[in-house]
Amino acid sequence: MGSTQTSPKTSSKTSLSAALRRALHRLRSFFRKEPLDRELNDEMASHIELAMEEYMHKGMPEEEARRQAMVRFGGVQQAREQHRETRGLPWMDVLMQDLRFTFRTLAKDRAFTIIAILILGLGIGANVAVFSVVNTILLRPLPFHDPERLVRIVERDAGTNESGRTYTADATEDFQHQNHSFESVSGYFAFTGPDNYKLVGNAQPLPVTGILVAENFFQTLGVEPSVGRLFRHEEFVQHAQPVALLSYPFWKRQFGGDRSIVGKTVNLSNTSVTVIGVLPDTFDFGSVFSPGSKVDLFTPYIMDDFRNDGNDLALVGRLKPGVTLGLAQSEADQLFPQLYFTHTHPEYGKGYTGQVTGLKEYVSGKLRRSLIVLWCAVGLILLIVCVNLSNLLLARSAARSKEFAMRSALGAGRGRLVRQLLTESLVLSGAGALLGLGLAYAVTAWLAHQGSLALPLLSSMHVDGRALVWTLLVSIFAGLLFGLAPGLRMSVGNLQEVLKDSGHGTSDGKKHDRMRSVLVITEVALACVLLVGAGLLLRSFLRVLDVDLGFEPSRAAAISVDYDDGGSAAKQAAIWQDVVNRALTIPGVEAAGISDNLPMSRNRGWTIAAKGEEQRPNTPGVGVFVYIVSPGYLKAMGMRLLRGHDITWEDLVNNENVVVLNETVARQLWPGQDPIGRIASTGGTDVRVIGVIADVRESSAENEAGAQMFLPATKRFGPEGANLVVRSKLPPAALATSVMHKLREMNPGQPATEFKPIQALVDHATSPRRFFVVLVSIFAGLGLFLASLGIYGVISYSVTQQTQEIGIRMALGATRARVQGAVIWKTMRLALIGILLGGAASFALARGIASLLYGTAPTDPATFAGMVVLLGVVALLAGYLPARRASRIDPMIALRTN
Amino acid sequence: MGESKLDLLQGTLDLMVLQTLAAMGSLHGYGIARRIEQISGDEVLLNQGTIYASLVRLQQRGWIDAAWGTSENNRKAKFYSITDAGRKQLAQDAAYWERLTGVMGRVLAMQNEGGDR
Repeated sequence: MGSTQTSPKTSSKTSLSAALRRALHRLRSFFRKEPLDRELNDEMASHIELAMEEYMHKGMPEEEARRQAMVRFGGVQQAREQHRETRGLPWMDVLMQDLRFTFRTLAKDRAFTIIAILILGLGIGANVAVFSVVNTILLRPLPFHDPERLVRIVERDAGTNESGRTYTADATEDFQHQNHSFESVSGYFAFTGPDNYKLVGNAQPLPVTGILVAENFFQTLGVEPSVGRLFRHEEFVQHAQPVALLSYPFWKRQFGGDRSIVGKTVNLSNTSVTVIGVLPDTFDFGSVFSPGSKVDLFTPYIMDDFRNDGNDLALVGRLKPGVTLGLAQSEADQLFPQLYFTHTHPEYGKGYTGQVTGLKEYVSGKLRRSLIVLWCAVGLILLIVCVNLSNLLLARSAARSKEFAMRSALGAGRGRLVRQLLTESLVLSGAGALLGLGLAYAVTAWLAHQGSLALPLLSSMHVDGRALVWTLLVSIFAGLLFGLAPGLRMSVGNLQEVLKDSGHGTSDGKKHDRMRSVLVITEVALACVLLVGAGLLLRSFLRVLDVDLGFEPSRAAAISVDYDDGGSAAKQAAIWQDVVNRALTIPGVEAAGISDNLPMSRNRGWTIAAKGEEQRPNTPGVGVFVYIVSPGYLKAMGMRLLRGHDITWEDLVNNENVVVLNETVARQLWPGQDPIGRIASTGGTDVRVIGVIADVRESSAENEAGAQMFLPATKRFGPEGANLVVRSKLPPAALATSVMHKLREMNPGQPATEFKPIQALVDHATSPRRFFVVLVSIFAGLGLFLASLGIYGVISYSVTQQTQEIGIRMALGATRARVQGAVIWKTMRLALIGILLGGAASFALARGIASLLYGTAPTDPATFAGMVVLLGVVALLAGYLPARRASRIDPMIALRTN
Repeated sequence: MGESKLDLLQGTLDLMVLQTLAAMGSLHGYGIARRIEQISGDEVLLNQGTIYASLVRLQQRGWIDAAWGTSENNRKAKFYSITDAGRKQLAQDAAYWERLTGVMGRVLAMQNEGGDR
């Protein structure tokens, strides 16, 4: 025969399809076991008959013929097994066997199974939930088109003052025209307070939040409207027909998702505005640019309306394809210093800086470290869970050692037994993963609706495909990890010995005991690390809450007031005075005042300089937060006047140019001198200093107080809106209706704005820290609980094992106290070693979270001591219960039962 | 042990079955086993039962077909026949086998050729 060599290419192709066909056959055979077995039986029966026929034909008697036929055939069972193995999936058969056996054993040991699955569910659930948070905030790209090309442009070293991070209309336009790195640059008005518009309809006016966006804002982000269209160029010129885009949730809530709203006009703060479109559900302005706030609609930022204002545009840009951040940055470094603040007043000067940061980095970069710490904490929890389960499984496998020895004696290979054990642990972790997924779904759904939490992108959080993959990985890892110890023990143990060792009087091997002790020590050490970390973060959080804010948020509340002064400062002063006076008549109200701005919410900054100094070079003035206020505001907020006096109504009525400064400004302008009566210059006007207040933390509790000034609402310093702040003896909620009633008395058009406790503003600012502290503390608590469970398990088990020994000792005269003491000493020895190791590890690791701490050293002795004591006490308790049981052992019974 | 029967090398049974079916046409399992025994002059150690694993393997590879039928004595039996793919495979395997046995024969026939010092 000639050799028919096929080319390697076709042969590999055919062999691939052949392999596939074989795999399909095997799979089909696996599921058609019974009919195939029956067919084989028939076939073998006919084989024997055919053979017998032949032998009988040769003259053999029937019995002899059958015997011969059977001999020639060989082992029927072997042939059957061989057939099955060849046609089907033998490893699947073994797996099914293992699974069946696993379910049977787990069902028998129900208490163990439930505890194991619960613990695993908690551990895996926590991991998946935290992964989802990390995934949402850190890993997943922003929900925009080509998000990696989006950047934020802010002033370098701008501090917390938002005005220092923004640009004027003129500077923005100049940069838009001059740059070559960006496909487009746009921005939004950065100083919008909540509820800045009212939607007037048939019913009560509704407060809504609208953001002014510059031309091409949505195009820059790559957001397409879900209904209607985006803004057009002609809508960004002065006196254009007012238009608005609705956010998706607002459209659903307010207009019931009615598509015909597009093209209709609505009354927005007494202006007729045409709705031109609805933004998509995926676009959540607040979650990206201003975490924790909701935005209802968008209107055009018309550059010409803002020419004479200060910095108010927050810039967003889309890089041209192929332009790197570095290139864009070096161009920005050249262009920004050359930009004028305003073209109408070139004498105001020029010179910006522009820091180009990837939008994603800008939004979530600050949270990276916190999230990684959280991730580590939850990873520690998983480790503790695994160690705990390892321990439980070890105890179980000790109890089952006879069973395994028996199976081994019956011919099960060691590998087969280890495989059985691993199957069990994987089944457990699989069940735990299902429970954990349920938990994670619940937690993420809950978190996604925590609108008040100032974390970016939270509203888009859910358990996605990536989280599912993570779940799978985590559960397999956990299953292998905690299945490892019993598996290892099984593979090194001497099964013969176990069989011989038939129980009476012999306690379990020392080696076995040691393994469990090591596991418990590990667990305690891990829990110690978690506890110390949580303790440090908790202490920082308490320090933050303890900070002197410079005002008293408790028992004060604010409400946005609507009024129409027709543009007259005199009328406005009269209205403000009326509002404050009426508020003061409400029973329980101690102080009331109005400001157009509240601490820790919107911020806005001007510069101030001492009179006569402002023109000198190198004294650029101080950037200050500005509050346009009425008399009584300082008192209502609980701010402390250190010198001088508050603004008076006369100041408002007479348009007096006076100012109240905080200590920081006073010190910077007139170091070591009395500022009262001095003249300062701000916004092109000279103002007389009449008072100085203690510093107020205006942007967050954690940042040092900046500079602030309080100006009376006069013709010169017009307010942007008004917030009535009321301080009372009663809780704010109790006042809400009476305050609203008073406001409606004056102005029936007062929208139903929220009466917001000032404490809520502070809480909102501290909410990210609170979020992390609460989570890490929960994990630490869980770790502590699991560690105590582990200690209890091991000690309790050893007491049970030593019942007889203890009985003998007591019979020989050992006192109860002595027996109890011995058990407790054993517990404490384990705990102490764990605490020592864990303490040392914490000491080394705490440096890693130093940047997350506030007013707390990473080696804070109080925290370390506290956590060590806590862990010690819990360990003592966990050991005390079995110790008490040990001391109650009746020697007579203990000896008799064996 | 003296005259022991030949142990079948891995894979050789498959080849024997293919060749038998190619030569004899459609045949049932017992027939194939008997035929191989006869041809080998009863020199092969063959548990007839092992032929069924070989048959199912060849069937899964698509080299043989199977169908239930009746024997000449009117007994129900499963009959196997070789497919086109099976014939191709047989040609390849047979060629390979011949080359191998040729080489083995030459190697084993090697005599002392002056390498003896």
